[in-house]
Amino acid sequence: MSTPYGAEAADERDRGAQPERTRLAWRRTTLAFAVAGALGVRSVLDGARGPSAYAVAATSALVWLCFLAVAHRRIHTLSADPAGPGAGRAVRWATGCTLALALLGMLLLA
Amino acid sequence: MIERFLATFRLWFAPQRLQQEGSTPDYRFSLANERTFLAWVRTALALVAGGMAVDQFLTGMVWGVRTTISLALLAGGALCALRAVNHWVRCERAMRRGEDLPATRFPALLGTATALAALLVVAAVLLGRAGS
Repeated sequence: MSTPYGAEAADERDRGAQPERTRLAWRRTTLAFAVAGALGVRSVLDGARGPSAYAVAATSALVWLCFLAVAHRRIHTLSADPAGPGAGRAVRWATGCTLALALLGMLLLA
Repeated sequence: MIERFLATFRLWFAPQRLQQEGSTPDYRFSLANERTFLAWVRTALALVAGGMAVDQFLTGMVWGVRTTISLALLAGGALCALRAVNHWVRCERAMRRGEDLPATRFPALLGTATALAALLVVAAVLLGRAGS
Protein backbone atom coordinates (compact mmCIF):
# COMPACT_ATOMS: atom_id res chain seq x y z
CA MET A 1 0.00 0.00 0.00
CA SER A 2 1.57 3.26 -1.06
CA THR A 3 -0.78 6.05 0.02
CA PRO A 4 -3.87 5.66 2.24
CA TYR A 5 -7.21 5.97 0.51
CA GLY A 6 -8.24 9.60 0.15
CA ALA A 7 -4.87 10.95 1.25
CA GLU A 8 -4.32 12.71 -2.02
CA ALA A 9 -7.71 14.41 -1.86
CA ALA A 10 -7.00 15.43 1.76
CA ASP A 11 -3.65 16.89 0.70
CA GLU A 12 -5.43 18.86 -2.00
CA ARG A 13 -7.96 20.19 0.53
CA ASP A 14 -5.14 21.15 2.90
CA ARG A 15 -3.53 23.18 0.14
CA GLY A 16 -6.78 25.03 -0.36
CA ALA A 17 -7.38 25.54 3.38
CA GLN A 18 -3.94 26.99 4.14
CA PRO A 19 -4.44 30.46 2.59
CA GLU A 20 -7.89 30.68 4.17
CA ARG A 21 -6.55 29.87 7.63
CA THR A 22 -3.86 32.48 7.17
CA ARG A 23 -6.44 35.00 5.97
CA LEU A 24 -8.56 34.38 9.08
CA ALA A 25 -5.46 34.68 11.30
CA TRP A 26 -4.83 38.16 9.85
CA ARG A 27 -8.50 39.05 10.40
CA ARG A 28 -8.57 38.04 14.04
CA THR A 29 -5.29 39.78 14.70
CA THR A 30 -6.82 42.95 13.22
CA LEU A 31 -9.76 42.49 15.60
CA ALA A 32 -7.43 42.06 18.59
CA PHE A 33 -5.64 45.22 17.46
CA ALA A 34 -9.00 47.04 17.32
CA VAL A 35 -9.68 46.11 20.98
CA ALA A 36 -6.28 47.37 22.13
CA GLY A 37 -6.60 50.48 19.94
CA ALA A 38 -10.08 51.18 21.33
CA LEU A 39 -8.58 51.24 24.84
CA GLY A 40 -6.08 53.80 23.59
CA VAL A 41 -8.89 55.93 22.15
CA ARG A 42 -10.91 55.51 25.34
CA SER A 43 -8.20 57.26 27.36
CA VAL A 44 -9.61 60.68 26.36
CA LEU A 45 -12.76 59.84 28.33
CA ASP A 46 -10.72 60.07 31.54
CA GLY A 47 -11.27 63.72 32.43
CA ALA A 48 -8.05 63.93 34.42
CA ARG A 49 -5.80 63.61 31.36
CA GLY A 50 -4.40 66.58 29.50
CA PRO A 51 -4.74 67.48 25.82
CA SER A 52 -1.89 65.07 24.97
CA ALA A 53 -4.41 62.24 25.47
CA TYR A 54 -6.19 63.45 22.34
CA ALA A 55 -3.01 63.09 20.33
CA VAL A 56 -2.49 59.58 21.71
CA ALA A 57 -6.10 58.64 20.94
CA ALA A 58 -5.87 59.91 17.37
CA THR A 59 -2.54 58.15 16.80
CA SER A 60 -3.95 54.89 18.21
CA ALA A 61 -6.77 55.03 15.67
CA LEU A 62 -4.29 55.80 12.88
CA VAL A 63 -2.00 52.92 13.85
CA TRP A 64 -4.98 50.57 13.79
CA LEU A 65 -5.96 51.82 10.34
CA CYS A 66 -2.39 51.18 9.23
CA PHE A 67 -2.56 47.61 10.54
CA LEU A 68 -5.91 47.13 8.80
CA ALA A 69 -4.35 48.25 5.50
CA VAL A 70 -1.34 45.94 5.98
CA ALA A 71 -3.62 42.96 6.71
CA HIS A 72 -5.85 43.82 3.77
CA ARG A 73 -2.91 43.99 1.37
CA ARG A 74 -1.49 40.71 2.62
CA ILE A 75 -4.87 38.97 2.25
CA HIS A 76 -5.15 40.36 -1.27
CA THR A 77 -1.69 39.00 -2.20
CA LEU A 78 -2.55 35.64 -0.62
CA SER A 79 -5.78 35.26 -2.54
CA ALA A 80 -4.02 36.11 -5.80
CA ASP A 81 -1.29 33.49 -5.32
CA PRO A 82 -0.61 31.72 -2.00
CA ALA A 83 2.85 30.71 -3.21
CA GLY A 84 3.56 34.27 -4.38
CA PRO A 85 5.62 36.94 -2.60
CA GLY A 86 6.32 36.08 1.04
CA ALA A 87 4.93 37.76 4.13
CA GLY A 88 8.18 39.64 4.81
CA ARG A 89 6.81 43.15 4.36
CA ALA A 90 3.53 42.50 6.14
CA VAL A 91 5.36 40.86 9.07
CA ARG A 92 7.60 43.90 9.53
CA TRP A 93 4.77 46.42 9.25
CA ALA A 94 2.60 44.42 11.67
CA THR A 95 5.44 44.39 14.21
CA GLY A 96 5.96 48.13 13.77
CA CYS A 97 2.27 48.86 14.38
CA THR A 98 2.23 46.67 17.52
CA LEU A 99 5.36 48.35 18.90
CA ALA A 100 3.85 51.77 18.16
CA LEU A 101 0.72 50.89 20.15
CA ALA A 102 2.81 49.69 23.11
CA LEU A 103 4.72 52.99 22.97
CA LEU A 104 1.45 54.97 22.89
CA GLY A 105 0.31 53.08 25.99
CA MET A 106 3.51 54.11 27.74
CA LEU A 107 2.96 57.74 26.71
CA LEU A 108 -0.43 57.61 28.43
CA LEU A 109 1.30 56.71 31.70
CA ALA A 110 3.44 59.84 31.65
CA MET B 1 26.88 35.27 20.07
CA ILE B 2 26.60 39.05 19.56
CA GLU B 3 27.73 38.64 15.97
CA ARG B 4 25.05 36.02 15.37
CA PHE B 5 22.43 38.27 16.93
CA LEU B 6 23.48 41.16 14.69
CA ALA B 7 23.24 38.92 11.62
CA THR B 8 19.64 38.00 12.55
CA PHE B 9 18.89 41.63 13.43
CA ARG B 10 19.97 42.77 9.95
CA LEU B 11 17.57 40.23 8.44
CA TRP B 12 14.66 41.90 10.29
CA PHE B 13 14.95 44.88 7.99
CA ALA B 14 16.08 43.15 4.80
CA PRO B 15 13.45 40.77 3.45
CA GLN B 16 15.26 40.48 0.13
CA ARG B 17 18.39 39.14 1.86
CA LEU B 18 16.31 36.40 3.43
CA GLN B 19 15.20 35.29 -0.02
CA GLN B 20 18.81 34.86 -1.12
CA GLU B 21 19.30 32.10 1.46
CA GLY B 22 18.81 28.47 0.39
CA SER B 23 15.69 27.48 -1.53
CA THR B 24 12.02 28.39 -1.14
CA PRO B 25 10.15 25.83 1.01
CA ASP B 26 6.62 24.51 0.35
CA TYR B 27 4.41 27.58 0.77
CA ARG B 28 2.29 25.76 3.36
CA PHE B 29 5.22 25.81 5.80
CA SER B 30 5.76 29.52 5.22
CA LEU B 31 2.06 30.19 5.80
CA ALA B 32 2.15 28.16 9.04
CA ASN B 33 5.15 30.25 10.14
CA GLU B 34 3.19 33.41 9.29
CA ARG B 35 0.23 32.24 11.42
CA THR B 36 2.55 31.49 14.34
CA PHE B 37 3.91 35.02 14.01
CA LEU B 38 0.36 36.40 14.06
CA ALA B 39 -0.48 34.34 17.17
CA TRP B 40 2.52 35.95 18.93
CA VAL B 41 1.39 39.39 17.78
CA ARG B 42 -2.02 38.70 19.35
CA THR B 43 -0.26 37.72 22.59
CA ALA B 44 1.65 41.01 22.42
CA LEU B 45 -1.60 42.91 21.76
CA ALA B 46 -3.30 41.21 24.72
CA LEU B 47 -0.45 42.37 26.98
CA VAL B 48 -0.63 45.92 25.57
CA ALA B 49 -4.43 46.02 26.03
CA GLY B 50 -3.97 44.66 29.57
CA GLY B 51 -1.46 47.41 30.36
CA MET B 52 -3.83 50.11 29.07
CA ALA B 53 -6.78 48.55 30.97
CA VAL B 54 -4.84 48.49 34.26
CA ASP B 55 -4.05 52.18 33.88
CA GLN B 56 -7.64 53.11 33.02
CA PHE B 57 -9.70 50.86 35.27
CA LEU B 58 -7.71 50.21 38.47
CA THR B 59 -8.02 53.85 39.49
CA GLY B 60 -8.52 52.90 43.16
CA MET B 61 -4.91 51.76 43.33
CA VAL B 62 -1.97 53.85 44.48
CA TRP B 63 -0.50 55.68 41.45
CA GLY B 64 2.95 54.08 41.74
CA VAL B 65 1.69 50.49 41.92
CA ARG B 66 -0.78 50.96 39.06
CA THR B 67 1.81 52.58 36.80
CA THR B 68 4.39 49.88 37.57
CA ILE B 69 1.98 47.05 36.68
CA SER B 70 0.87 48.88 33.55
CA LEU B 71 4.44 49.58 32.45
CA ALA B 72 5.45 45.95 33.02
CA LEU B 73 2.57 44.72 30.86
CA LEU B 74 3.28 47.24 28.08
CA ALA B 75 7.00 46.38 28.09
CA GLY B 76 6.07 42.69 27.96
CA GLY B 77 3.87 43.41 24.95
CA ALA B 78 6.69 45.22 23.15
CA LEU B 79 9.07 42.33 23.96
CA CYS B 80 6.55 39.81 22.59
CA ALA B 81 6.24 41.76 19.34
CA LEU B 82 10.03 41.87 18.90
CA ARG B 83 10.35 38.20 19.67
CA ALA B 84 7.54 37.47 17.17
CA VAL B 85 9.45 39.00 14.25
CA ASN B 86 12.76 37.54 15.43
CA HIS B 87 11.34 34.02 15.62
CA TRP B 88 9.61 34.41 12.25
CA VAL B 89 12.89 35.43 10.59
CA ARG B 90 14.84 32.59 12.22
CA CYS B 91 12.23 29.95 11.30
CA GLU B 92 12.03 31.23 7.73
CA ARG B 93 15.82 31.14 7.38
CA ALA B 94 16.06 27.64 8.91
CA MET B 95 13.40 26.35 6.50
CA ARG B 96 15.18 27.88 3.51
CA ARG B 97 18.48 26.33 4.57
CA GLY B 98 16.86 22.98 5.43
CA GLU B 99 18.04 23.22 9.06
CA ASP B 100 16.18 22.30 12.26
CA LEU B 101 13.77 24.96 13.50
CA PRO B 102 15.37 27.15 16.19
CA ALA B 103 14.95 26.04 19.80
CA THR B 104 13.56 28.76 22.08
CA ARG B 105 13.20 29.48 25.78
CA PHE B 106 10.74 32.33 25.33
CA PRO B 107 7.44 30.39 25.82
CA ALA B 108 8.78 28.94 29.10
CA LEU B 109 9.78 32.46 30.16
CA LEU B 110 6.37 33.89 29.34
CA GLY B 111 4.60 30.97 31.07
CA THR B 112 6.67 31.40 34.23
CA ALA B 113 6.07 35.16 34.26
CA THR B 114 2.31 34.64 33.84
CA ALA B 115 2.23 32.09 36.68
CA LEU B 116 4.22 34.45 38.94
CA ALA B 117 1.85 37.32 38.15
CA ALA B 118 -1.16 35.12 38.98
CA LEU B 119 0.44 34.11 42.32
CA LEU B 120 1.09 37.78 43.10
CA VAL B 121 -2.58 38.60 42.50
CA VAL B 122 -3.63 35.66 44.73
CA ALA B 123 -1.33 36.93 47.47
CA ALA B 124 -2.66 40.49 47.09
CA VAL B 125 -6.28 39.28 47.34
CA LEU B 126 -5.55 37.08 50.37
CA LEU B 127 -3.78 39.93 52.15
CA GLY B 128 -6.74 42.17 51.38
CA ARG B 129 -4.52 44.79 49.84
CA ALA B 130 -6.01 44.74 46.36
CA GLY B 131 -7.44 48.07 45.37
CA SER B 132 -6.20 49.87 48.46
